Amino acid sequence: MTREAILEARDVRKLYGDFVALDGVSLAVGAGEFVSIIGPNGAGKSTLINVLTGVLRPTAGTVRFKERDAAGIGPVALTRLGLARSFQLVQIFPDLTVIETLLAPVISRLGRGTSLFRSLAGDREAQDGALEVAELFGLADKRHVPARQLPQGDKKLLDVASAFALQPEIILLDEPTSGVSTAEKSAIMEILVTASRRMGLKAIIQVEHDMDIVFGYSDRIVALHQGRVLADATPAAIRADARVVDMVIGRAHQGEAGRER
Amino acid sequence: MKGRVVLGLALVALLVLPLALSPYRLLLMLPFMAYGVILLGLNLLFGYTGLVSFGHALFVGIGAYTGAFLTHAGIRSLEVIVLAAAVLGAVAAALVGLLCVRYVKIYFGMLTLAFGMVFYTFLLKFYRLTGGDEGMQVLRPLLLGLNLDAMPKTTYLVGPYYYYCLGVLVVAAAVMWRIVHSPFGLCLRTIRDNPLKAEALGVSVTRYRWYAFVISGVFAAVGGALLGPPTGNVDPTLAYWTHSGSLVFMALLGGFASFFGPVLGAFVFIFLQDAVMSVVPYWRLVFGAILAIIVIFAPGGLMGFFARPRPS
Repeated sequence: MTREAILEARDVRKLYGDFVALDGVSLAVGAGEFVSIIGPNGAGKSTLINVLTGVLRPTAGTVRFKERDAAGIGPVALTRLGLARSFQLVQIFPDLTVIETLLAPVISRLGRGTSLFRSLAGDREAQDGALEVAELFGLADKRHVPARQLPQGDKKLLDVASAFALQPEIILLDEPTSGVSTAEKSAIMEILVTASRRMGLKAIIQVEHDMDIVFGYSDRIVALHQGRVLADATPAAIRADARVVDMVIGRAHQGEAGRER
Repeated sequence: MKGRVVLGLALVALLVLPLALSPYRLLLMLPFMAYGVILLGLNLLFGYTGLVSFGHALFVGIGAYTGAFLTHAGIRSLEVIVLAAAVLGAVAAALVGLLCVRYVKIYFGMLTLAFGMVFYTFLLKFYRLTGGDEGMQVLRPLLLGLNLDAMPKTTYLVGPYYYYCLGVLVVAAAVMWRIVHSPFGLCLRTIRDNPLKAEALGVSVTRYRWYAFVISGVFAAVGGALLGPPTGNVDPTLAYWTHSGSLVFMALLGGFASFFGPVLGAFVFIFLQDAVMSVVPYWRLVFGAILAIIVIFAPGGLMGFFARPRPS
């Protein structure tokens, strides 16, 4: 990694009892990168995400975010430093409207969560911030709709949009297009790439199974296998790597779209 | 808009009620207003944060006994009593909450219940300090510095004391309204709906739950302080767990999903209890049936029939 890393994991090991989930994983993500993490089920992707987002403390190794130790510091502290995430299974606030959902991260970014007596409705800065994100994600028309009434694709979009509303430097998307129709997938990807450019995000890390999306958007692909980094290279190099194709992508999908599951 | 009209009418009604109602009914309005304050606090935890406390009678007890201790010590100003109750309620809730808010659902409920029982036992057993099961007398408090000892008791209660309680209820409602419509209030609702997601958006779930618990404890203690003077006596049953259960019942009855639902619940509870008790002594039997019906057929409570389904 010649570029200066914003988020860096070095020699991360994570053990659950005797089971080695991560076995010396190193990963660095710098400004301007779109990095995809791929790997079969059980490769350690979820564990890696939980380590990178401060939820899990690695058994050994270091995690640094903006040159600070970020190992196990928890999601709240990491959001404050500038790392946001979305979830594989869509996470929404069922009874909150779209705009309320987007207001929450804006409030948190502005450090106003403990303002007990400030009127939320009258907080122009927060309202404008939330509306701006709603517009970027095409959710402005539905801003007063409770999240539980949204169609599945919009729920996913709202989940991702609320993470963007934190205006992080790096965003970590855990399968941003899982659970939505094929038609909606590329629409979601286009929206979030545009949004990240407009909002000045420095890097995107995604975990994704859909190879179409992985190869279509990534600058770099990290292939995990049995808790180790099998390859960390450009999409073209990954496609040419017989081992990765065999163990992770699957031969049928070499060079074309498909899911490895 | 419609809500404002209803609220305005309710307020006017409360203001003119002393002219219209019999003293007997007016005396029932006093616990209603005290419970109204308590329920506003309980619902910050219940309806807005998603935590059901079965130990809130603890804070009610603290508020009520604060009045007893202070009036005995010669401090009879109700402003001071209410303020002291608020402070003690905050301190107690801060300590109890520190442990409780780490847990959710039934574990949270049982832990609050356990603390409530500890306090109940304390009130019961430390006879010399608390008067044990006989409780303590609460002397008539001064209102805004005015000594109204010369007034007949009922005149005092249905007149100045009534308006004092109404004032406290209105202020409490205004403060709570502000809180639930603040950025903080929104953060609590994110925690209620999805703590995992809330945390990922930078809301420190445990810390905010604790804040809500403390605020809730303050309201309960303030309401508790208003409960003592009408009967002139406080006893350990105020802190007993069935009393906590009644508070939860009131919230369910009125509808915890709406801001004023629990206050309405307190009103209906008090008057219904009185009405049922005048007919049959087994009011708990009747209330049990009502509770079952609400949970099964009207989970939105009374407000569920004509209000929006969720606080916003």
